[in-house]
Amino acid sequence: MTLHPAPLTTPEGIGIWVGAFLTFCVLSFLYKDNPFYKLAEHLFVGVSAGYYIILNFWTVIYPNLYEPLRKAFAGHGVTERTGMFAAELGDYRGWLLFPAVLGLLLFTRLFGRIGWLSRWSLAVIIGVYVGIQTTGFAQGDLVAQVQASLQPLWTGKLGSSLNAIIFTLGLVTSLLFFFFSREHKGALGVASRIGVFFLMIGFGAGYGYTVMSRVSLLIGRFQFLLEDWLGIVR
Amino acid sequence: MSLVTALEKLDRRWIFLTIGLLVLLPLLFPLALPLYVSPPVRSFVEAVDSIPDGSRVLMSCDYDPGSIPEMVPMTRTALRHLLDKKCKIVITVLWNGGPGLVDRIVRQVVEHEYPDRQYGVDYVNLGYKAGDEAVMVLMGQGIVNAFPRDYHGNDTRTMPIMQGVRDYTSFPMLVNISGGYPGTKEWVQQVQARFHLPMVAGVTAVSAPEYYPYLQSHQILGLLGGMAGAAEYEKARGEKGSATRGMDAQSLAHYFVAVCILLGNVVQWSKRRRPAP
Repeated sequence: MTLHPAPLTTPEGIGIWVGAFLTFCVLSFLYKDNPFYKLAEHLFVGVSAGYYIILNFWTVIYPNLYEPLRKAFAGHGVTERTGMFAAELGDYRGWLLFPAVLGLLLFTRLFGRIGWLSRWSLAVIIGVYVGIQTTGFAQGDLVAQVQASLQPLWTGKLGSSLNAIIFTLGLVTSLLFFFFSREHKGALGVASRIGVFFLMIGFGAGYGYTVMSRVSLLIGRFQFLLEDWLGIVR
Repeated sequence: MSLVTALEKLDRRWIFLTIGLLVLLPLLFPLALPLYVSPPVRSFVEAVDSIPDGSRVLMSCDYDPGSIPEMVPMTRTALRHLLDKKCKIVITVLWNGGPGLVDRIVRQVVEHEYPDRQYGVDYVNLGYKAGDEAVMVLMGQGIVNAFPRDYHGNDTRTMPIMQGVRDYTSFPMLVNISGGYPGTKEWVQQVQARFHLPMVAGVTAVSAPEYYPYLQSHQILGLLGGMAGAAEYEKARGEKGSATRGMDAQSLAHYFVAVCILLGNVVQWSKRRRPAP
């Protein structure tokens, strides 16, 4: 096992050393809160905020608003047709002034007396997303999942039939657990109790996967330290 | 002091240290614990295998650097899988922190392992487009309309790979690698359900249980769940990437967490049985 640390002579190497130092700063919190952790925390918040502001300008505002509007004022667009408002699908030209104004109206919240104007923009945002998400949920989740839940209990094969019976039992009893219009006694009590077992299995699976996700992040950091920084494992 | 009392008063930093060592040591000294390809991963591989060779495939990499350990290995393996089939890959990113990272991964894989493939002809990174689900719906009305320029600012209308691409009907399958919102759930709701585009998904472990119902209903044809899913995918493809290298550490950490849960329950159980002072 030999060491091949990242070189401090290249910009990438310096970046790796800074990354390694900040990784140790963050991990030091596991012992106790300390100034190194605070430094990393504040750096992360500040750099993230700055990075995302710049990123959003160059990936959202510039290509989707500034550049098309600049071209539109010169009478051009994505297609060869000329005219500030000669729009078509994907080439919105001067009509982009409407979303631009709506975007600016969001900032009126910073000016108390005219703050109510931001509600117009919010109304459009909420309206569009409610529309898109409602139809998406209805098609993708509600109908498709109900359809997939209606399974034949006997398929001709013992294994898959047993699977379908357990699935249906779990589905019905879990749903009954959330039926609160009657006290959970008698048959409903037994069914909801069985439902709790299925829910617990679901929560257990969720917890196991959550542990895996978090451990993966730690493994990722250690792989960075061992491979990229120290060059021990390649 | 009894064992139960010792466990009750155990400084939690010992647990952190143990987890740290259990993760670090297998990375330095691999144990090569057995790894099996589970049915959801096998389905993923079979679904991608079923794509006709040379097809044009849509691949959406919806994540940012926060989920590198889980998402990057499965992105690399999926890229190799598609490139081995000589597929032409159209890549989109719906997370604004992702395009640079995805571009780097794509270039690493293509330039080092498939130097004969040309950008704009065999693969393209269309980059990021703001709007989440609205972008998915917009792509259904025209991919080029939604992405008039690629990540590098090139005009997508003139690219050879985009010739003949209209909407989702131009692709036999969507390969989605998703770190959260917007991601697999939204692709299922907005695209699979609406445009009936077959899709497979690779997701973070923390979100994987949410997608099993989609797998059971065949709305997604295969599922990679977290680092384990990525490692199984690597094994199915005969690769030994960073996910496979991390699985020993993953397994040991899981065993330790399971032991901690059992011991924690023993402590609670014995506290209840202890007579009140």
